[in-house]
Amino acid sequence: MIQTSSTRISRRFLRVWQRNLKVYKKSWKISFIPPFLEPLFYLIAFGVGMSGLVGEIHHQGSQISYVSFIAPALIGVSIMYNSFFETTYASFVRMYYQKTFDAMLATPLSLEEVITGEIVWGATKSLIATAIMMVVISFFGFIRFPEGLLLLPLAILGGIAFGSIGMFFSGIVANIEMFNLPVFLFVTPMFLFSGTFFPLENLPPWAQQAALLFPLTHLTSLARAFSYGQIHLSLLWEIAYLLLFSIIFFPLAILKMHQRLIK
Amino acid sequence: MRKDRLNPERVSGAQTHFSGQHIVKAENLLKKFDSFVAVNRISFQVETGKCFGILGPNGAGKTTTIRMVYGFSPMSGGSLKVFDLDISRDWRQIKSRIGVCQQENSLDPDLTVLQNLEVFARYFNIPTKEARKKATELLDFIALDHRLNAPVTELSGGMMRRLVLARSLINNPDLLILDEPTTGLDPQSRHQIWERLEALREQGISILMTTHYMEEASRLCDRLIIIDHGLILVEGKPEELIQQHVGKDVIEIAGPTQELRSFIQSTQLPYEDLGHRLIVYCEEKGALYQRITRDFCKEGCLMRMATLEDVFLKLTGRELRE
Repeated sequence: MIQTSSTRISRRFLRVWQRNLKVYKKSWKISFIPPFLEPLFYLIAFGVGMSGLVGEIHHQGSQISYVSFIAPALIGVSIMYNSFFETTYASFVRMYYQKTFDAMLATPLSLEEVITGEIVWGATKSLIATAIMMVVISFFGFIRFPEGLLLLPLAILGGIAFGSIGMFFSGIVANIEMFNLPVFLFVTPMFLFSGTFFPLENLPPWAQQAALLFPLTHLTSLARAFSYGQIHLSLLWEIAYLLLFSIIFFPLAILKMHQRLIK
Repeated sequence: MRKDRLNPERVSGAQTHFSGQHIVKAENLLKKFDSFVAVNRISFQVETGKCFGILGPNGAGKTTTIRMVYGFSPMSGGSLKVFDLDISRDWRQIKSRIGVCQQENSLDPDLTVLQNLEVFARYFNIPTKEARKKATELLDFIALDHRLNAPVTELSGGMMRRLVLARSLINNPDLLILDEPTTGLDPQSRHQIWERLEALREQGISILMTTHYMEEASRLCDRLIIIDHGLILVEGKPEELIQQHVGKDVIEIAGPTQELRSFIQSTQLPYEDLGHRLIVYCEEKGALYQRITRDFCKEGCLMRMATLEDVFLKLTGRELRE
């Protein structure tokens, strides 16, 4: 008897989100450090260390420096990491070890609201990380404004998509070690082959086609377009692809969590 | 133990708002897990303002039953009304008026004692100011007001259980649901919990609890059911059940001789033979005991009052349940 209906989701999911925010605020000084330092490390390593080897990159008809090529990709990767790791490891700990979801389910919250709150929180972490990285990257002059501000709603969209995928895995893994599978089979290949560190055109044609299936490919491509201020209609397809992932995996995550928790 | 006295003040707002006679009505309640029947069409009613106990060995279906009552597990069949509302339709309204102490510790280890109550209050949409006031009051009630800002991970088992109890009272529930509230606690902590539950009961809050401590059930429950294999074996008041199923006194004889066995048989009294031990259920006030100690054994024989535990073991058997 599975009752997964939209009537079970009300604004109350924000209560779950608020709980996570409260915990985050307790350690925000530490939580701020990775999104602040990570782009710095990458930009220095690739900008200083590698750009001499790589030279300039041919991107959409113009020559750009290697650092400015990877800077927006770092934001895309960070959107993926923040939400995906939040709704996998962090949510799993809350659900499995801390019994936080069980406690919530003895209150007027529904399971759908708990899961929605968690996924939206994952997207919020993507948003926070994106905002911090934008400050750092803008400092190097790699983001054009005001178009660059579109990175913020992009962080939410990408965060919901990857957060839903993460939550889906949380619904099906037997134990926390099993997250290694989606990380190595899904997240790491995407991190490397989504046009992040080299243009997709460098890959053989079949691999280019395959890379188009990765949601990170589209997230990275959108992050580049927004950072460089190259807004055009074809971006709608990439937005639609991320939306599609959210629309498929969000209800799927709720379904799997329902099967896992409601007995 | 500086603050472990029971606060004489009442917990405000803990009077029931439900005026019907039965706060919980379960009819033919059924729960199946695939082909396994965990709760087999049981019916019971919890009287408003009373404490109702569900007793049973491990795996009898206690937790499954109350999980259906607080809307955690969907029923496989039957009907269940809480506050005269339907749990499958009005679940949110019902859940906002009950307080639940789950068996497993589900306190939020990322938060402090006070934050645990405040964050939980938000799940009920209780305004911040009101939540703070209520939380402070409850921490006073459970004698944890000196540990407001301690992380819950630093609390002892007894303190955690008291905090879970306080958390379940944050919404001024009309019905308190307790799943084995004192399992695993030391005697001091158990008595702490009992005193508080008695105080709450005096204020008129209705309680539905499971336990496998007979002492706890005798002390707290107005009525109870003993269930096993998903079925109700008996229902009644604790003292009535003892009277009906066991009688007044129990004589336990360790290492009985064959001679004594024959004698007990000749008395026609109900008894249990565990091989190395005889348990005789009797009504008379000691004549039989005197006869046994005089004629058969000088040591290893004792007479005591019959308890709920005797009823429980008689009805559910003595083999291990794991």
